[in-house]
Amino acid sequence: MGYITINNRRVAFTDERNVLSVIRKSGIDLPTFCYHSELSTYGACRMCVVEDDRGRIFASCSEVPRDGMVIYTNTPRLQHHRRMIIELLLASHCRDCTTCAKNGICTLQKLSRQLGITEVRFENNKKQLPLDTSSDCVIRDPNKCILCGDCVRTCEEIQGLGILDFAFRGSKMQVMPAFNRDLAQTDCVGCGQCRAVCPTGAISIKQDVAPVWAALADKSKRVIAQIAPAVRVAAGDKFGIKKGENTLGRLAAALRRIGFDEVYDTNFGADLTVMEESKELLERLEAGDNLPLFTSCCPAWVKYCENRYPEFRGNISSCKSPQEMFGALLKEEARLERQKAEERGEDVKTTVVVSIMPCTAKKAEIRRPEHFTDGAQDVDYVLTTTEITRMIQEAGIDLAQLRPESLDMPFGLASGAGAIFGVTGGVTEAVLRRLTGSSREEDLEAVSFTGIRGVDGIKEAEIKLGERTVKIAVVNGLHCAQIVLDRIKAGEAQYDFVEVMACKRGCIAGGGQPVPIGPRTKKARFEGIYQIDNMSQIKLSNENPIVASVYEGILKGKEHKLLHND
Amino acid sequence: MLEQTYYDKADEVIAEHGSDQAALIPIIQDIQTEYRYLPPELLTYVAEKLGINEAKAYSVATFYENFSFEPKGKYIIKVCDGTACHVRKSIPILERLYSELGLSAEKATTDDMMFTLETVSCLGACGLAPVLTVNDKVYPAMTPDAAAELIRELRGA
Repeated sequence: MGYITINNRRVAFTDERNVLSVIRKSGIDLPTFCYHSELSTYGACRMCVVEDDRGRIFASCSEVPRDGMVIYTNTPRLQHHRRMIIELLLASHCRDCTTCAKNGICTLQKLSRQLGITEVRFENNKKQLPLDTSSDCVIRDPNKCILCGDCVRTCEEIQGLGILDFAFRGSKMQVMPAFNRDLAQTDCVGCGQCRAVCPTGAISIKQDVAPVWAALADKSKRVIAQIAPAVRVAAGDKFGIKKGENTLGRLAAALRRIGFDEVYDTNFGADLTVMEESKELLERLEAGDNLPLFTSCCPAWVKYCENRYPEFRGNISSCKSPQEMFGALLKEEARLERQKAEERGEDVKTTVVVSIMPCTAKKAEIRRPEHFTDGAQDVDYVLTTTEITRMIQEAGIDLAQLRPESLDMPFGLASGAGAIFGVTGGVTEAVLRRLTGSSREEDLEAVSFTGIRGVDGIKEAEIKLGERTVKIAVVNGLHCAQIVLDRIKAGEAQYDFVEVMACKRGCIAGGGQPVPIGPRTKKARFEGIYQIDNMSQIKLSNENPIVASVYEGILKGKEHKLLHND
Repeated sequence: MLEQTYYDKADEVIAEHGSDQAALIPIIQDIQTEYRYLPPELLTYVAEKLGINEAKAYSVATFYENFSFEPKGKYIIKVCDGTACHVRKSIPILERLYSELGLSAEKATTDDMMFTLETVSCLGACGLAPVLTVNDKVYPAMTPDAAAELIRELRGA
């Protein structure tokens, strides 16, 4: 508690962990490369330097606020320092901004403009290093790395993976996996959180835009889009739409204009997941084996479990993820249509399923062997929110100006339970709604207040299902998953159901979402998802009439084949 | 994959230092002393035993010039190129050794695995400049000819 004088103005502070937070709270956006409030303080970029009343210069991120401090944030000396830092970074940086994946969203680019860098006096004598394009999810370009270490700390502290670290020293320093292995040769799960924090183009999303444009232009193809829950609360980011606002209607309009034939809702796929996963939970509770049941919606988590905790492989739900259930269903429907058309001797278009996802790991998920039917991929392409934003922009469409349109039927109808799959705790809540089976407001509230909502890394809850008390853990961030798995392994904790999402707060902060994803953005998206649920007339997946009709129709007798992995 | 004896040796070294994470550097130093280099497989192995991320262990091992993932020769020659040795003409010694051994700045070890030639920034023996060491034995006041003679002796030995 106390006051700091910042640029001759008194600013109160309470429990801020460093001077930088106090400065930012006062409305001054001090630049940083290496500071993220959720990560440990690294203090390497030196952009947040401030000067005190005795002329001492220090990094505000690494200084605890003290009552009576007097600091200045923009003196000529500080300006000189910051410009020099940028100039030195640029000296050894690839400067092909126009062709960079982060063009327009790069912090280095932004700060060099902001600080008025018009020339770089130093020669770039850095050797060009090869790119790592081995991963299905992200591309690593060491030539664009500024060594801020954000990816290193995210991978280690948030995800508990530690795939990336610094190697070598001084001017030879680089960020790389051990022995400079390709990412595909490591335990990388493709969550893309490194990309979400990378301030430059050193880590970017593996792009699938080109083949999707080609499919859209191909008259012999029927291109279907499915939109994941977390996409709709983030897609407006680059169009000046309020953070967290539901843009689903406008997205549907935009996707039709760029050539998608049908636009559906992955929330419908999530409704199917709820049906299957709750059934599976009941079966396992009944039989008492393979408990706890782990959710399988998050491909980064599934891969993590396979890599690091193979002994728990059997606990992962056999359910496919929502996008894959939906993809398998759409392809099955297309096969039946094709058969009918062939019997009539008519031509039929080839169906291409494109998932619009907040997630980079989904790009790898669709290539897993279990997601092929008769040699063909159930989902053909995954585009992240960032990629679809680019496509909409490329087509000259301003999402903000579009009139919202409804999705196509029948698979455009989904419950609120499907919508909340986009945040941590959502899958659990959706399954519990199904199992308690009541859409009375008090019952829904009772479920939402069990402790499964919120942003904590590990949440625990208990709920009575008939005679039995079901013990639940809801986990977000793989580092937290590691803690929970170790506790289960050691016999210190016992659960019946464990939901894991690899990314903090769930898919709304996924690795494919528009950046920057600061605390305010996360909060707005988080609330946006629950807002969608609040506005849904149907709260329970089993009350979605389309779900009932597909179980009676296309899914009949094929539930296991289409919706489960063996 | 290395032979089992390597892993047994690593286990022995780990047992000696304990599997505390702080013991990483002394452990890999001892392994390097044993094999005259740090086999990459053993770094991975030690990291796992100590519960350190492999990338973090690699980070430590590459930070220090001293660790080498390449097998080194029987004789490791370190030519000092610190300020004192440099002004007393260490470079001609180095160049003579390069030509005697058929080595270069890029190729540090002879094909017969007899010699590895490195430069160091100071050996702390400036009064004896220009100086070089062979397997940590110091040879003072060297000249290109003396260095060539030394190589002949070592080859004969």
